[in-house]
Amino acid sequence: MLDMPKSATSRIVQRCEDLFSDLTFESARAWKAARPGRKVVGYMPYYVPREIIHAAGALPLGVLGGGDQLEVVHGDAYYQSYICRIPRSTIELGVSGRLDFVDGMLFPSICDVIRNLSGMWKLMFPKQDARYVDLPQNFEDDVGGEFYRSELNDIREWLARITGTPVTDEAIRASITLFNENRRLVRQAYALRAKEPWNIPSSELYLLLRAGLVLPVEDHNQLMREYLVSVREQQRAIKDNCRVVLSGVFCEQPPLNLIKSIELSGCYIVDDDFMLITRWEKSDIAIDGDPIANLAHSYLHDSYSTSPKYEPDQAKKGMYLVDSVRQNQAEGVIFAMPSFCDPALLERPMLQSVLKQHGVPQIAFKYAENSGQMQPIREQAGTFADSIKLWSGA
Amino acid sequence: MTIITRPRAKPADAIKDASMTKQKEMMSRHYERLSDAPDRGEKVAATFVPGNLNELLMCFDFVNNLPEVNAIQNGLRKTSGAFVMEAEKLGHSEDVCTYVKSDIGMMAKGNIGPNGRKLPDPDVLLLSYTGCFTFMKWFELLRQQYNCETIMFHTPYMADGKITKDMIQYMVKQLKQDVIPKLEKVSGVKFDIDRLREYLRKSAKAEDDLVWVLQSAKTKPSPIDAYFGGIYYIGPIFGAFRGTDDAIDYYRFLREEVEERIAQGKGPVTPDGDMGKERYRLVVEGPPNYTHFRQFWKMFYDEGAVIVASSYTKVGGCYDFGFRHDPDNPLESLAEYCLNVYTNRNLPMRVDMLENYVNEYEADGLLINSIKSCNSFSAGQLLIMREVEKRTGKPAAFIETDLVDPRYFSAANIKNRLESYFQMIEQKRAGMRGAA
Repeated sequence: MLDMPKSATSRIVQRCEDLFSDLTFESARAWKAARPGRKVVGYMPYYVPREIIHAAGALPLGVLGGGDQLEVVHGDAYYQSYICRIPRSTIELGVSGRLDFVDGMLFPSICDVIRNLSGMWKLMFPKQDARYVDLPQNFEDDVGGEFYRSELNDIREWLARITGTPVTDEAIRASITLFNENRRLVRQAYALRAKEPWNIPSSELYLLLRAGLVLPVEDHNQLMREYLVSVREQQRAIKDNCRVVLSGVFCEQPPLNLIKSIELSGCYIVDDDFMLITRWEKSDIAIDGDPIANLAHSYLHDSYSTSPKYEPDQAKKGMYLVDSVRQNQAEGVIFAMPSFCDPALLERPMLQSVLKQHGVPQIAFKYAENSGQMQPIREQAGTFADSIKLWSGA
Repeated sequence: MTIITRPRAKPADAIKDASMTKQKEMMSRHYERLSDAPDRGEKVAATFVPGNLNELLMCFDFVNNLPEVNAIQNGLRKTSGAFVMEAEKLGHSEDVCTYVKSDIGMMAKGNIGPNGRKLPDPDVLLLSYTGCFTFMKWFELLRQQYNCETIMFHTPYMADGKITKDMIQYMVKQLKQDVIPKLEKVSGVKFDIDRLREYLRKSAKAEDDLVWVLQSAKTKPSPIDAYFGGIYYIGPIFGAFRGTDDAIDYYRFLREEVEERIAQGKGPVTPDGDMGKERYRLVVEGPPNYTHFRQFWKMFYDEGAVIVASSYTKVGGCYDFGFRHDPDNPLESLAEYCLNVYTNRNLPMRVDMLENYVNEYEADGLLINSIKSCNSFSAGQLLIMREVEKRTGKPAAFIETDLVDPRYFSAANIKNRLESYFQMIEQKRAGMRGAA
């Protein structure tokens, strides 16, 4: 077991773990049942404009596959063996009725598999409105920006049809304010973890982020505030771990045990690409003016670089990872990528090449959301940690 | 230890009809032009097959190099397997697209093209990002290698089954503000929209004849094989010839050839000669396997199975619903062409198309050839199969191969599946006769 003092922190983390383990989404169901007419809109990784869903009065609900606790009975019948795990467990969630309370589903343009899943959803669950979110690959305001603004307005109208109420500019501004705060709190947690990784284990931070994908943002903000207070009040034992950045975990989720195994093998994860949606914009989205234009502007000019996004500037390709290593004083990078994940696995050689140019040590392995055997990963990460301690800076 | 070696008999030369020979000659000529480009002072643009902008590239005198076609040629020549493994040795995952790995492996081995000559480095990478996520990563990888101008041209996905004004506007703006200025800069040639109009006019002419040829498979017996033979037919239009007089000549020639076959009541030409009696009419979804192309085709024609319609012949662009390049709206027309690419259509649209094919071409059923390394096609195909089967009442079957990785072609398994499928069709027919 990781160090987990019996404190406010442990109570918060336990609550998050309960939400994480709940494959029937009881908390979101309860939220919906609490008031007649409430709607829930699901979304898949890696980014959707949650602010507009919230402004429509609906609950944005992250649907991140079934993890390692869901037995996939039907989902495998829809996919060949060479396709990643997340769509099949998501289908399982749908077919098994676990998402029957969801009113709409959003599928962002992350890869061909999730893109095609948006059409499968239309065919399989016609009562649940499914929509693809086409994110621009051109980052000029009057080109990609114009297209994305029209896409955001279409999403706004789509949501208004689901809820039966128009989504006003004022409501979107209020939602942006709440999500700005949420991102600030997440960034604070990330900064604190980079500074004192022994005090914020990544398995704990991961659970906190996951909670943010099922709770209303107001509740999650409160949870994050409480966590940041409680975690600062405690001091956990410092270990002789090396500091690593974890890359490739932006869509299909790694098993929680994988994160724990990396930590137990002697690595502090000081940065990662877990659930990028929780801190997608690097700074606050502007509140004044046209909120749709503000959302689009932040997407184009102030959002994370990651594999599903095109990098127009060759000189910048992969530099986000080098920057992360530097800013977080990491000593190496662990590439953990889902099997058959096109965006991650096609990107990996380019990132490895950039890291090599900058002398950053690295290892790579693959996983599936239901991977159960952690010993090889622990051995590989442990050897990596030992080699960094022994040989880096020698 | 005694090692017994057996002489490997060279397969008999494939029998080709005149249009196939003509097509092969066109492709060879193009590869020679490509290899000669540096000496002739011609610039080279690498771009993709789906939604390619050949007419636009010709406006800047670029010679077009299509990496998928190179991978296909390597697959047909049985050199792709070694290239794929070379790329994997260099760190590319065994899980990803084998077109990419064949291309990267080929570069690592000196970039020798199918004509045995070195392919020139591209002067520009035109990343026509249409219907396939992998394209983006592929050209980011090539950009790292070639260090040349790379132009992203993003096509929105037809997620709701329609083309909107905003989509067209987005694409036209990209063309005007990004793609064309960069092509002008790299080529040193000023853009002339009237030149583009002229190419588009020629494209439309060739497209009319291609559509006629593909739809000739509605005739019984079908005079063409719209999958294996269809691959020959789409080569010029999806490759470097759309917009040229060569393409007009080729498709007119092809059409006349097919007209003659219909008049004579003949079926398609196969590598072993004229096909025998047509016993099964199939619709095929998915790309073919190229490493065992002839062996794969033989499994069909030996059983009298002809493919009357296929989704793969719409991979570069789709003309089924009346689209033709339009010289009066040149940039909008290019945008619409890209949007119409088969894999840029959502799953419900793909199901509708295949259902219509089964009905309109009076097919006995749908066969899906699922490609291991092409998620753009493959993800969702099992649902497509069920839906089409449910809607048409015709049996469907599923086989798995890969594009250019010979490790994923299991001849015995595929043959076994196909034989079972043909039996299934027979049973269905017997059942229908009984019911009647």
